[in-house]
Amino acid sequence: MSGADALAAHFWQGCALGELRYQRCRACGAAQFHPRRFCARCGGAPDWAVAQGLGTVYAATRVTRAPTPDFARLAPYDILLVDLDEGFRMMAHGAPGLRIGERVRLDFDRRGERALPRFERLGGRS
Amino acid sequence: MAWISGVGDTEFGRLEGETPLSLMARAAADALAEAGLERNEIDGLLCGYAASLPHLMLATLFAEYFGLKPRYAHALQAGGATGAAMVMLAQRLVDAGECRNLLVVAGDNRLSGQGTDSAVTMLAQVGHQDYEVPFGPTIPAYYGLVASRYMHVHGVSEADLAEFAVLMRNHAALHPGAQFKTPISVAEVLASRPIAAPLKLLDCCPVSDGACALVVSAARGETRLRIAGAAQVHPHQHVSAAADLADFALADCAERAREDAGIGIDDVDLLAIYDSFTITLLILLEETGFAPRGKAADRLRAGIFARDGLWPLNTHGGLLSFGHSGVAGGLAHIVEAARQLAGSAGARQVRQPAVAFLHGDGGVMSSHVSLVLRRE
Repeated sequence: MSGADALAAHFWQGCALGELRYQRCRACGAAQFHPRRFCARCGGAPDWAVAQGLGTVYAATRVTRAPTPDFARLAPYDILLVDLDEGFRMMAHGAPGLRIGERVRLDFDRRGERALPRFERLGGRS
Repeated sequence: MAWISGVGDTEFGRLEGETPLSLMARAAADALAEAGLERNEIDGLLCGYAASLPHLMLATLFAEYFGLKPRYAHALQAGGATGAAMVMLAQRLVDAGECRNLLVVAGDNRLSGQGTDSAVTMLAQVGHQDYEVPFGPTIPAYYGLVASRYMHVHGVSEADLAEFAVLMRNHAALHPGAQFKTPISVAEVLASRPIAAPLKLLDCCPVSDGACALVVSAARGETRLRIAGAAQVHPHQHVSAAADLADFALADCAERAREDAGIGIDDVDLLAIYDSFTITLLILLEETGFAPRGKAADRLRAGIFARDGLWPLNTHGGLLSFGHSGVAGGLAHIVEAARQLAGSAGARQVRQPAVAFLHGDGGVMSSHVSLVLRRE
């Protein structure tokens, strides 16, 4: 887990347990996805929370030219930015062909070394 | 006041048998010769970074190698905006009286020294290590995400993007140092192999070897080429942390640079805009005020950005066809604008431009520098 600090480890442990962990500021109420010991909006103290995993596709790309041989074996794969209903945005994998504006539900892909967040079409296969 | 007293570059492409330092030295020697300066007259040095030569002190390393003993020297990092950021800093340092002749130089040999596969892997690491890189994105994927949103909101088509690849190739055809000169068509761009949808191979800049340099001086020099205005903005680092991929709020940065120069948009005769991908170029033109939202391709089709148009754009062929050698790729736009303003662009020369507007972008629309160059 290159570059991981304790907060990132907590996030990825959540994924392994099927939980999408994010932070919410105790002071201003802002949701924060990249976890920190402070709220980047107001400097307040954030608490961990768990998202329901429902959201809307904000942006989508299909990667054909992968960055490494490991990912080349998966290619082509879809990478999304998803706006979660709790008010934060995250990058994740997506089921093939998801489009901007579609409602999606979180799942976890356990093929790799960790459980990777992956979104499916809401109402599609779970 | 700060003046560009000389520029230099190497050809871009595959340059075997070179190192980042040897390429930087070639460009620097040309820039000094054009400025009519000896090494001992250079009292300031700014350089970027070289992917093929990671070093904690690249400026000092180059100073020793090239034979400089500057009073002021360091490297600077703002991704693709580094070239424009160095020119802005050079202007400020000269204006402050810190330096009289400052060398700005960058060079890399990513293609022959590192290879495209390694460069793609390395560049993907600008993404967030914990919350982006695990999903296997690449730089084209980050910009593919940007493109998907921007095109969705503003009604831009893949054919609109392709027009910019075609234009850059047309412009590169007249530059003896350009990496790609064979004409391409919109149909060929659209049919090129997928990289990160909606971006295809010909929407993406290549990986190149090459170097560029320029000298910024307190004395005016024969070309009377002044760094007239500059401004920056740094809204985010990661694409997943950007507030809005359909509006990057760069109009203010561009306007501050024009105000700094005391010009309006109608005074601009020439454009040099960062074009790592076709989508980058289209968005930056619209953000910096040279086309309405979603209409940059319409303006291109109307001839506005052609060599004989109202705003000739990247007349060297840009990153897309002249080539992208890291920091030198962004510096190449500035070298070209300086040559056009000085009337020394040869077969590419556009008609008597006096004011150039330039914009550099680093990361994923993350670091921005706007510049205005003016022939007095």
